[in-house]
Amino acid sequence: MKLKTLTALVATTAICAPMAFAADMADEMTIVSWGGAYSKSQLKAYHEPYMEKTGVKIINDESSAEAVAKLRAMNEAGNVTWDVVDVVASDALRLCDEGLAMEIDPDEHLAAAPDGTSAEDDFGDMLVGDCFIPQIVYSTTFGYRTDLVGDTPPDDICDVFDLEAYPGKRSLEKRAINNMEWALLCDGVAKEDVYDVLGTEEGQEKALAKLDTIKDSVIWWSAGADTPQLLADGEVVMGSTYNGRLFSVIEEQNQPVAMLWDAQVFDLDGWIIPTGLSPERQARALDYIMFATDTQRLADQAKYISYGPARASSAPLVGQHAELGIDMAPHMPTDPNNAKNTFLYNYEFWADYRDDIEAKFQAWLAK
Amino acid sequence: MSDATQDGPVLAADGTPLKRSLARALRMQKLRALALIAPLLLFVLLTFIAPIADMLFRSVENQIVSATMPATVRELSDWDGTTGNPPGEEVFKALYFDLFLAAEAKEHTKLGTRLNYEKTGVSSLFRSSGRKLDDLGKDYQKAFKKIDKQLDEGEFWYTMMTGSGPASDALVTARKARFGDMTDESTKADIGFAPSQAITDLLPLTALAYTDFAVFTAIADGDTVAEEDPWEAVYVALAEDLATADVAAYTGPGADVLQAAQAGLDTIPVTSYTAFFEDIDKDWLDPEVWETVKMYSPKYTNGYFLNAVDLQKSPDGIEPRPENQQIYMKLFKRTMFMSLVITGSCILLGYPVAWILANLPMRTANLLMILVLLPFWTSLLVRTSAWKVMLQQQGVINDVLVWLGLVADDARLVMINNQFGTIVAMTHILLPFMILPLYSVMQTIPPTYLRAAKSLGATNWTAFWRVYFPQSVPGIGAGSILVFILSIGYYITPEIVGGTTGTFISNRIAYHISSSLNWGLAAALGTILLGVVLLLYYVYDKIVGIDNVKLG
Repeated sequence: MKLKTLTALVATTAICAPMAFAADMADEMTIVSWGGAYSKSQLKAYHEPYMEKTGVKIINDESSAEAVAKLRAMNEAGNVTWDVVDVVASDALRLCDEGLAMEIDPDEHLAAAPDGTSAEDDFGDMLVGDCFIPQIVYSTTFGYRTDLVGDTPPDDICDVFDLEAYPGKRSLEKRAINNMEWALLCDGVAKEDVYDVLGTEEGQEKALAKLDTIKDSVIWWSAGADTPQLLADGEVVMGSTYNGRLFSVIEEQNQPVAMLWDAQVFDLDGWIIPTGLSPERQARALDYIMFATDTQRLADQAKYISYGPARASSAPLVGQHAELGIDMAPHMPTDPNNAKNTFLYNYEFWADYRDDIEAKFQAWLAK
Repeated sequence: MSDATQDGPVLAADGTPLKRSLARALRMQKLRALALIAPLLLFVLLTFIAPIADMLFRSVENQIVSATMPATVRELSDWDGTTGNPPGEEVFKALYFDLFLAAEAKEHTKLGTRLNYEKTGVSSLFRSSGRKLDDLGKDYQKAFKKIDKQLDEGEFWYTMMTGSGPASDALVTARKARFGDMTDESTKADIGFAPSQAITDLLPLTALAYTDFAVFTAIADGDTVAEEDPWEAVYVALAEDLATADVAAYTGPGADVLQAAQAGLDTIPVTSYTAFFEDIDKDWLDPEVWETVKMYSPKYTNGYFLNAVDLQKSPDGIEPRPENQQIYMKLFKRTMFMSLVITGSCILLGYPVAWILANLPMRTANLLMILVLLPFWTSLLVRTSAWKVMLQQQGVINDVLVWLGLVADDARLVMINNQFGTIVAMTHILLPFMILPLYSVMQTIPPTYLRAAKSLGATNWTAFWRVYFPQSVPGIGAGSILVFILSIGYYITPEIVGGTTGTFISNRIAYHISSSLNWGLAAALGTILLGVVLLLYYVYDKIVGIDNVKLG
């Protein structure tokens, strides 16, 4: 045990030493996020106003993709250098399970809505687990090339599996989550039964068999930027990715691409505060969270990126894109026109089945 | 020497035996040398060897089960899983108290995650049970409160459990050690509580549960034990103890309350532990869950290694995993095969280039050398992405082929997101590692040898094959080792251009490190990979001889 702690300590100090000094100084905090357009939207909507208001200097770290593993290593070394971390809800759940994220009491730690609705009611179902502070709703959905699909553009998720009507390659994420649900849905399983079926051995085989029918026409992606690039190059006819990525392909880069919102899978992204912070740093992190997740701030973020605010009270405040000047509401995954048929990522199910189904999925992929 | 022993030891100038004097001088020299390299040695040990050793150690380490549920594991050792029945009440009782402490310390979900790698569904079983553990004790607590209000007060409990007479420090030490094992926290601090020996004898389970509560309150929360109300589990323990304890003879503080509680015991809504857990989730009665707990209860396990070679533990011994989960052996073989192909194509492409470089005049050779090194100075990601642009179906090569009419527009070649793409991209990236050692070895081969061979009547081919090639073999050896070992652990290029058929074992290791958090399995896969490389190096040394490898 001693050796373990020692080596972990040495390893993390070597990596994190420069940050550690910064974080321990007063009036500085390290916020971890995904980078790119997403971090930029946070900078504009949250960080800049907060720095102006408090004089705190915010340091941005773009490590969210490896946040869970890195937090675990930092925690083992007893030297946590991050103050606030942006993660998807499923990762927040795991960090909570591992005791790496602090438990949050919504009504104590989060701001109430302007009309007095408590934070707990305002966030509602978005409060997944005990540690997660929701920020945005995003969705994984399909985009297609308008010039490659003929006169009848796809409007059903099962068109992804229809090679005759829509020949050509598709891009899907290189993991089981979402793909298995879509496959079952298009194999005749009713939407409400999908997870019951997927929990069984036969159901998993059924889903893989359905995916088998298009396996030769699939390009598997692992980075969110892959599908937009493949669509822009005309490598694929349609492909799944995060809706914000498709928004920028369509509206910012003016590519001949359109969205297929059918059976989009909602997922949540938000903050966690790591455990093991000193009291001053924790207080500062909580203060930031209180500020950054209030109704106005969440609505502000939608000016810069097409992800829906996680608060019910923010939705009416969503305005126009800060640079393009277009109305953002119709581009939100939560817009009624887009959300006719949706899934919500099933956190409990995947926390249990992820290892098992992922192993089978990867074995199937390698076949 | 024999003369010296006969005539007594040879003496140095100062009269000490020469042997000792020499040894001392040598020792001093060695120490000084060691002191000189000490910083480097320490640096390497601390930052390289120790973390690797630590990581490898994780592939067998499995303390979490016995550290989180020690009593349950102990009780479970008598249970026979082959009967198809869930374990008995004793196990569930131990589980209740183990899990209660674990849930307070937020350790139960870690254990759930660990066991979920072996049995799907355990993760949520532990998580949801952790939330409901309080329910059992709440009813007990209410009933006890009705009997005597004092039983609901932290201060009274503290007085009663502290009792009078000698204290049972052994119990405190034992529970501290158990808590320390589970949380890795230092338990040196004084908790400001110790149950008296008399109350420990009278109410053993209650003393245990209350001491657990006291240890947690004082160490984890940093609160004063006397000021806090005890956990629900303490009430459950009290009901259990009172059913058999001889309270009438007890005279310590709170004896009257205990007697009243025992008299009113029939008002306590006693539930069996088994029924309680069945009510939380009927999966607790699933023998397979318990089989998994039992199988992974030892402190060290070979489970990760078995998983890493597509095997698994079962009650009947070791057996292959179901076919739809076998992947690692296939990936290991693929990694080996593709690394060999990449090494081979590096030799084929690098050898002529190195030959030209070695035989051109210095000025031109240097210029060409820069061309070889240029890719070296470009980001790996940029080079890999460039291959994507080149090889994809709407990419440069396919466009040219279609324009030339060699390939039909609707039958463009698939050259990326498969093995071919990985081999091409990696060969390109690793080529300098082959060319450089080849070049420096070839430079040392005198051109006169070839001319001599030809003047003695050898054909071009014979001169090359019999004279030149054997002298360049050490360069091939060095280049091959470099390229092969680098490619066997390659990660980023296969991830980007490998698709499904071109990924390596390292991609799975990365997945388990950063995504599934199954570090034990990642460590086992890494250990095997390291073992394979060392083995290949040994074989290589036996066949080619490592002395024959030259970097210049």
